[in-house]
Amino acid sequence: MSDNGPVQVRCPVLNVRRVDAYYAITVVAPGIAERFRSGQFVSVAVGGDHSSTLLRRPFAIHDVKPDYGGTVEFLFSVRGTGTAWLSERRSRDLLDVVGPLGRPFPLPREPVNCVLVGGGSGSAPLFPLAQSLRRRGCRVDFVLGGASADRVFSAITARRIAETAAFTTDDGSFGTRGRVTDVLGRVIEECRSDAVYACGPMPMLRAVTAVAGSHGVPVQVAVEETMACGTGICMTCVIPVVGEDGITRMVRSCVDGPVFRGEQVRFDDVGTIPFDALGAPGWKGSSAARAAESARDIA
Amino acid sequence: MNADLRTRVGGMDLPNPVVTAAGCAGSGRELSQFFDIASIGAVTTKSVMLEPHAGRPAPRMAETPSGMLSTTGMQGPGVDVFLQRDLPWLLARGGRAIVSIAGAGVGEFGELARRISAADGVSAIEVNLSCPDPAAPSGRHFADDASHAAAVVQTVRSHARSDLPVLAKLAADVPDVVELASACVEARADGLSMINTVRGMAVDTRTLRPAVAGGMGGLSGPAIRPLAVGCVYRVHEALPGVPIIGMGGVRTGADVLEFMAAGASAVAVGTTNFSDPSACSRVLREFTEALEARGFARASDVVGAAHRQGAGA
Repeated sequence: MSDNGPVQVRCPVLNVRRVDAYYAITVVAPGIAERFRSGQFVSVAVGGDHSSTLLRRPFAIHDVKPDYGGTVEFLFSVRGTGTAWLSERRSRDLLDVVGPLGRPFPLPREPVNCVLVGGGSGSAPLFPLAQSLRRRGCRVDFVLGGASADRVFSAITARRIAETAAFTTDDGSFGTRGRVTDVLGRVIEECRSDAVYACGPMPMLRAVTAVAGSHGVPVQVAVEETMACGTGICMTCVIPVVGEDGITRMVRSCVDGPVFRGEQVRFDDVGTIPFDALGAPGWKGSSAARAAESARDIA
Repeated sequence: MNADLRTRVGGMDLPNPVVTAAGCAGSGRELSQFFDIASIGAVTTKSVMLEPHAGRPAPRMAETPSGMLSTTGMQGPGVDVFLQRDLPWLLARGGRAIVSIAGAGVGEFGELARRISAADGVSAIEVNLSCPDPAAPSGRHFADDASHAAAVVQTVRSHARSDLPVLAKLAADVPDVVELASACVEARADGLSMINTVRGMAVDTRTLRPAVAGGMGGLSGPAIRPLAVGCVYRVHEALPGVPIIGMGGVRTGADVLEFMAAGASAVAVGTTNFSDPSACSRVLREFTEALEARGFARASDVVGAAHRQGAGA
């Protein structure tokens, strides 16, 4: 119904492969591939048409290629029956996929230095981002972390496409023992980074935003919230985010995100309704706040 | 043969019986990326309140067998923004709007009915009776007491424009759904929508804590469909002249047929919109095909068919 909006397609699986602790599925989906911008995700129906598992699973898009008219690859780890079912798909099986969904990473106008920080499977959307940034003449450096060596995703590719790549693991089995934020400050200084992009669990994004802030570097974060619909109608994936107008709103991670400016996410208040959020219990908005809300367009 | 799909619900004429359920389609904007929003019977918009509401904290959702448990706490921008931004968008695209309203008290329902009535182009008002009832013990809804529900419907009817149909949205987890339906009809509801989500709980077995914030959530999806069909059947049996919009776990065109045979004049797609954003257009197509394959000339001929054939006598 729209040229750049998401499409719903029943698409054949090209291949399913193991990548360390993860699975990666590539589907032939030209309509999604041609609309894709890095940071966007797909939602995939699991369990078949008559499944009792109703909800789609959201996955960041890891790679898009022109083969077969356009392919899309996404990454996941097996966490429950839905992802277990997905891991058992084979070449030529059909998957019901909706995408691309969500707001993409904004790209800098100038060829600046960017450091890309990923935790676990949250690294996946950073690879197409790295390609986009490099096409614009940006310098790209990677900081990737995970619980253990097999959860640091695509270290070899990161080394190949980035100027430098630093790795951390909780158990010390690969790279530096510790968290991505233990090395991020040093990387920002050594690489003279102008911007930080991050994707991973909420506590990591919070810590990355703090480190970037202390170095005076803007940061874009892609959140990984659970969601029922991915299209903006179920209102279950909301997080508190401060708008340009200074007003905190409970916004949808799926359509208002998943990419946000790090300093605008109220990380300390995720999982709560902050008392000063628009429409919080006892909230009394000014007429100016209400006018701003009326003028605001939905995505 | 092209079947005549038109249906009539409490004075509201719809081109076909497939509508969206409140809270499962926003105001139609997001789903319009996947199908023409004017092609379905109507969009029931997400329950609107007088003031902006931030809703409940996360987690708001848990997947359950053939369903989901959710608790969004009526998050929404309030009636001003709805009337300035969301409703005009839907009407400009040729969509028909059934506007669901949710009041924090009986008085607010009246004010909402007055505000919605002043807007042009609305097809009907749906009264969400599954809102916390400030005149009852904590955790109870207006729908839990037939007389409280009737008071709300009466207030909405008296504040709404006289030519605007008022539909009462009923809950199934009440002592007697027929009593609730009768009380709402006596309070001059023009039609009934049923059922709302069913209160339930899921416990996260890793943390041994309730899976959604606040503990209780609303269960929706195919898990509640037989419960919903049973309510529609019983209410249609008791009040055969009262039009019903049936809903609860509708996933296919056959499910529409099922609700209509039980007594519904129109059928809403709810949670399935979350898992299948083009569901409404698919369900309408499947329903039309099923109707024609059975040789029905009119969709309205199916309404109440399960009663005429005798149910499991």
